[in-house]
Amino acid sequence: MAVESDVMEAAGPYDRARALSAFKLGDITFYWITRACAISVLLILGGIIISLIVGAWPAMREYGAAFLWTQRWAPSADPPVLGALGPIYGTLITSVIAMMIAIPVGLGIAVFLTEICPLWLRRPIGLAVELLAGIPSIIYGMWGFFVLGPFLANTFQPFMISIFDGVPVLGAIFAGPPSYLSLFNASLILAIMVLPFITSISVDVFKTVPPVLKEAAYGVGCTTWEVVRNVVIPYTRVGVIGGIMLALGRALGETMAVTFIIGNSFKIQSSIFAPGTTISAAIASEFAESDGLHQSGLILLGLLLFVLTFFVLAAARLMLMRLEKKAGN
Amino acid sequence: MNPIYASRRRKNVVIKFLCLCAAAFGVTWLALILFTLFYNGLTGLSLQVFAQDTPPPGSTEGGLRNAIVGSIIMTVIGVGIGAPLGLFAGTYLAEYGKHDKLTSVIRFINDILLSAPSIIIGLFIYGAIVVPMGGFSAFAGCLALAVIVIPVVVRTTEDMLGLVPNPLREAASALGLPRSLVIRRIAYRAARSGLITGVLLATARVAGETAPLLFTALSNQFFSLNLTKTMANLPVTINNFVQSPYAYWKELAWSGALLITLTVLALNIGARILGAERTSK
Repeated sequence: MAVESDVMEAAGPYDRARALSAFKLGDITFYWITRACAISVLLILGGIIISLIVGAWPAMREYGAAFLWTQRWAPSADPPVLGALGPIYGTLITSVIAMMIAIPVGLGIAVFLTEICPLWLRRPIGLAVELLAGIPSIIYGMWGFFVLGPFLANTFQPFMISIFDGVPVLGAIFAGPPSYLSLFNASLILAIMVLPFITSISVDVFKTVPPVLKEAAYGVGCTTWEVVRNVVIPYTRVGVIGGIMLALGRALGETMAVTFIIGNSFKIQSSIFAPGTTISAAIASEFAESDGLHQSGLILLGLLLFVLTFFVLAAARLMLMRLEKKAGN
Repeated sequence: MNPIYASRRRKNVVIKFLCLCAAAFGVTWLALILFTLFYNGLTGLSLQVFAQDTPPPGSTEGGLRNAIVGSIIMTVIGVGIGAPLGLFAGTYLAEYGKHDKLTSVIRFINDILLSAPSIIIGLFIYGAIVVPMGGFSAFAGCLALAVIVIPVVVRTTEDMLGLVPNPLREAASALGLPRSLVIRRIAYRAARSGLITGVLLATARVAGETAPLLFTALSNQFFSLNLTKTMANLPVTINNFVQSPYAYWKELAWSGALLITLTVLALNIGARILGAERTSK
């Protein structure tokens, strides 16, 4: 509280001018400190972009755009051949499957929490879902590795494989052999991880629906489902999509939950029960032991991931901002 | 009854049931994860875990002391750097630049950094700190954590200061208090529990972060307090032990996971209780 005593002393009746100038100095200093800190947020983003580009430059010069559609990843070959197609494919496919599971379930929980659930149960279930969001991703990864992976490989995968065996396209998607480490297991863990994001944002945007609208719909005899379908969802569509995009951004960049369980194989296989890799998993498992062109290639992968998530997250934020404006009016 | 009514009602019941299933599905995962964590973690949890350092390969003598201490040090320093920076930046957004262009740009960028993949932050610190400094260091890990803390604190600070009623500021200004003191003495005090909530949430977020530490702080088999060298930490130790062939290492990994999860859940619940106090006042 040194500042306080200084100010108090200076503010005596005989030294008004000095007190005022002390105030002014303090004011200006504080203003510039906060402003500098605010601008440092921009500097962090700039630093991320610059350091990624500098690190990725050798690989960019060596491989050019062909990096994007080369499948072979052979860092120890001479000269090393690096292609990002495998990780890009794995990133996209795991995120898409994860979202296919998480969107209906997440929205279902949100509808349950806002429309169906008895009041006394709302807080505990809401809290449980939010705590699920707080669990560190390495715990999910570990749990997937020790518990979920073996379970899926022993029960769920053989079941799906036997059902779809011989069916034209689906047979290839669900082809064996069952494995602890697979794209599907990683997708399921991702789905569980992003579920809370979708739910909590959907609950928030569902709450922005004016009660009068819902009451009017109930008043003319709509069922709960009809109110949700025809009033709540249309009113909050932009916000819900924004929340989904936000979750997609998370899923694309999620690292530890996926690394343990995806198998780290750069080969693209048609079966979702086969091992694969994602951009973040490739970086996490290879970066510490890499050097030279290999390391630069991994940083280039990181740059790709950053650009991808940047656009997804930017789109999500723009949509959520549009909804906020609407709610503000 | 009119068949249309019956079918509408049936549809409603089916959908309601599906929503119930979805909620049960979500809660079941939480229960399952916590159950396996406690089941596997508690058996290995003993005084030894806190008193001894991580064991060499194959040994069954050892604990997680160095990793626990390292994690605490790095989290505290990371939050210590990131939280004040985020607090001031959030102050600027909420108090000074509420309506200017710069603020909306910063807010937008901050929201993106908030959900940017943490492994990218690790790559950034690797390129910006580890390479120029010539080696992995605990300090680089602290900075990586700080970069993750900043957006969280900026966001909550801005939101919480936004909740402080304006008449409070106007009254203080009318008494002749300069702007910076209005913010520090009035707005901060009114929003105090909210600001602490933000810092707690940020701490919870970084306490279990693994990806940015993988190639900044690395890990260390021995006890070390030197910030310029690699330092053991719980998340990376768990990461290494899970994939090892030794049963005792896996047991330790479960104990470490239980410790991290309990810490993070406690921080989250603490933050929520503080937040709830605020709204009920």
